[in-house]
Amino acid sequence: MKKLVKWFVLVSVVLTMPARAALDIVITEGVDQARPIAVVPFVWQGEGAIPESISDVVMSDLSRSGTFQPLDTRSLPQGNISDVNQFKVDSWSSVVADAVIVGSVKPYGADQFLVTFELIDIVKAQLQAGKGPVNASELLLESRETVISASQFRQYAHRISDVVYEKLTGIRGAFLTRIAYVVVKQGEKSPYHLMISDYDGYNEQMLLRSPEPLMSPTWSPDGRRLAYVSFENRKAEIFVQDIYTQARTKVSSFDGINGAPAFSPDGKKLAVTLSKDGQPEIYTIDIATKAIKRVTDHYAIDTEASWFPDGKSLLFTSERGGRPQLYKVDLDTNKVTRMTFEGEWNLGGSITPDGRSMIFVNRTNGNFNIARMDLATRFMQVLSSTRLDESPSVAPNGTMVIYGTTHQGKQVLAAVSTDGRFKARLPVGQGEVKSPAWSPFL
Amino acid sequence: MNLNKLFKAMVVAVPLLALGACSSTSDSETDASGSSTNGSTTSGQYENGGVVTGGAAEVLSPAEQKRLKEQELRRQNIIYFDFDRSELQSENAEILMAHGNYLVEHPNVRVLIEGHADERGTPEYNIALGERRAKAIAKYLQGMGVQPSQMSIVSYGEEKPLDFSRTDEGFAKNRRGVLVY
Repeated sequence: MKKLVKWFVLVSVVLTMPARAALDIVITEGVDQARPIAVVPFVWQGEGAIPESISDVVMSDLSRSGTFQPLDTRSLPQGNISDVNQFKVDSWSSVVADAVIVGSVKPYGADQFLVTFELIDIVKAQLQAGKGPVNASELLLESRETVISASQFRQYAHRISDVVYEKLTGIRGAFLTRIAYVVVKQGEKSPYHLMISDYDGYNEQMLLRSPEPLMSPTWSPDGRRLAYVSFENRKAEIFVQDIYTQARTKVSSFDGINGAPAFSPDGKKLAVTLSKDGQPEIYTIDIATKAIKRVTDHYAIDTEASWFPDGKSLLFTSERGGRPQLYKVDLDTNKVTRMTFEGEWNLGGSITPDGRSMIFVNRTNGNFNIARMDLATRFMQVLSSTRLDESPSVAPNGTMVIYGTTHQGKQVLAAVSTDGRFKARLPVGQGEVKSPAWSPFL
Repeated sequence: MNLNKLFKAMVVAVPLLALGACSSTSDSETDASGSSTNGSTTSGQYENGGVVTGGAAEVLSPAEQKRLKEQELRRQNIIYFDFDRSELQSENAEILMAHGNYLVEHPNVRVLIEGHADERGTPEYNIALGERRAKAIAKYLQGMGVQPSQMSIVSYGEEKPLDFSRTDEGFAKNRRGVLVY
């Protein structure tokens, strides 16, 4: 009977899930600076309808990156082409774009599809037009073919976007990544939901639902586990959960605060905040042995540690100077250095993957926004212009920050590029969405 | 499975027991204060030979008056704080003293002190701030003689706001300590 009820709940959850993305992106700023690119709808060489449009996903990825703006497919001079040999340079002479993407999908056995795509250098093609015949292969920036199953269409589309993005920018694409976040649906018996989805909001999955708050999800470096804080036992405790096996381990349950977990770059330790000895202090916990080591020692609040990419130091928030500011602590010597001086408050910091800058929450004139500081020059730039911004999380390629903010009285997620030019909002249907965490490369 | 059931039964039973304990004490207190009204309500019954009795309000001793006032004050279980501060405000002293005296007189009663913050700043910093607020209340009560074993503390930071308006008034309502018996 109990099992039946469980199944019913599960089935009704699945049935009521909207087919569209749970998180629809609204680009609010930065389209005008994006570079034009042409994505020709991939040619379907099978019967009936194509399982899912790969080129639509690629176009959506490229526009979400803030770097590219795909041209309207109806304006493209050639439609039904799938490789460079069908590409007629003369037809494309007036098209302004960085590159042209073409491709095809055809059935390849039971539940198997052969996907091809080519990235064509249209600028080179236009320059050489009229200078005699051109070997088509010289115009190819990239050409690949792969066999996938029907369930891999979105995943492989993200892979194509990664290849295109890296080829054209020199930066690894972060389209094959996930985000974790907390959704609060007030009024429900268990209002607190820990969710993960693809980076674009598709394939949303619930990892945990609780009657008490869930906080601070953070990814292990292998993208397989999440650490988070749960109040399910009427106190803050830190858990690590395997997202595939669902196995949960309680890692920290001392008196007082057990909060703000952050995986070390080798995935073996967590930096955490514990107040078991009085004030909130930073500790490291060895996940396997549960051995703890105290890092900071100050009567003021020390919290929300994050690791430098080399794993030798932590960035953390402390109000030892009177108000919350960012500090660095060396894990060998415990020597503390203050990092921020500008603005009223600076907190919730993390180091970008290249180790060159840090992203954090800045309070200036009472406004809380996401900011970036160059570690070498100490130049600080406020990136976001939304309200009550918090919980910034940097994409693994360092180009984008996802964060929690408030829009029309609701907590929503938003994204801003680390140069501040591209801004987007990810609204949701139900509940308040917060505490986003961007996964590593998958 | 059986253990699970037992646990579920306990989850229901324990709060009920606690409730029972609470209500019995408050009943006896209201009886003491409400005796005058009880006296005047026996009316128009012929078995009494048609007589109707009257009564006067009880004269309360200063100690009883104080106790009644504190009972009234204890209904207020929320203590508010200034932005990014955890110092207690003087206007909350009466409320806290009422709770403190009650806890000192009833050493078996336990209280959970919740600390909360408004939605400004990061969730992690606000957890620390909420704990500091809860601790400020606990320290005050301990100063009045409440045993540390009677008090436990939990900080919810900005995770359980009372007011979702995200206005200055809403923020003020959310910056609070709550005494839960």
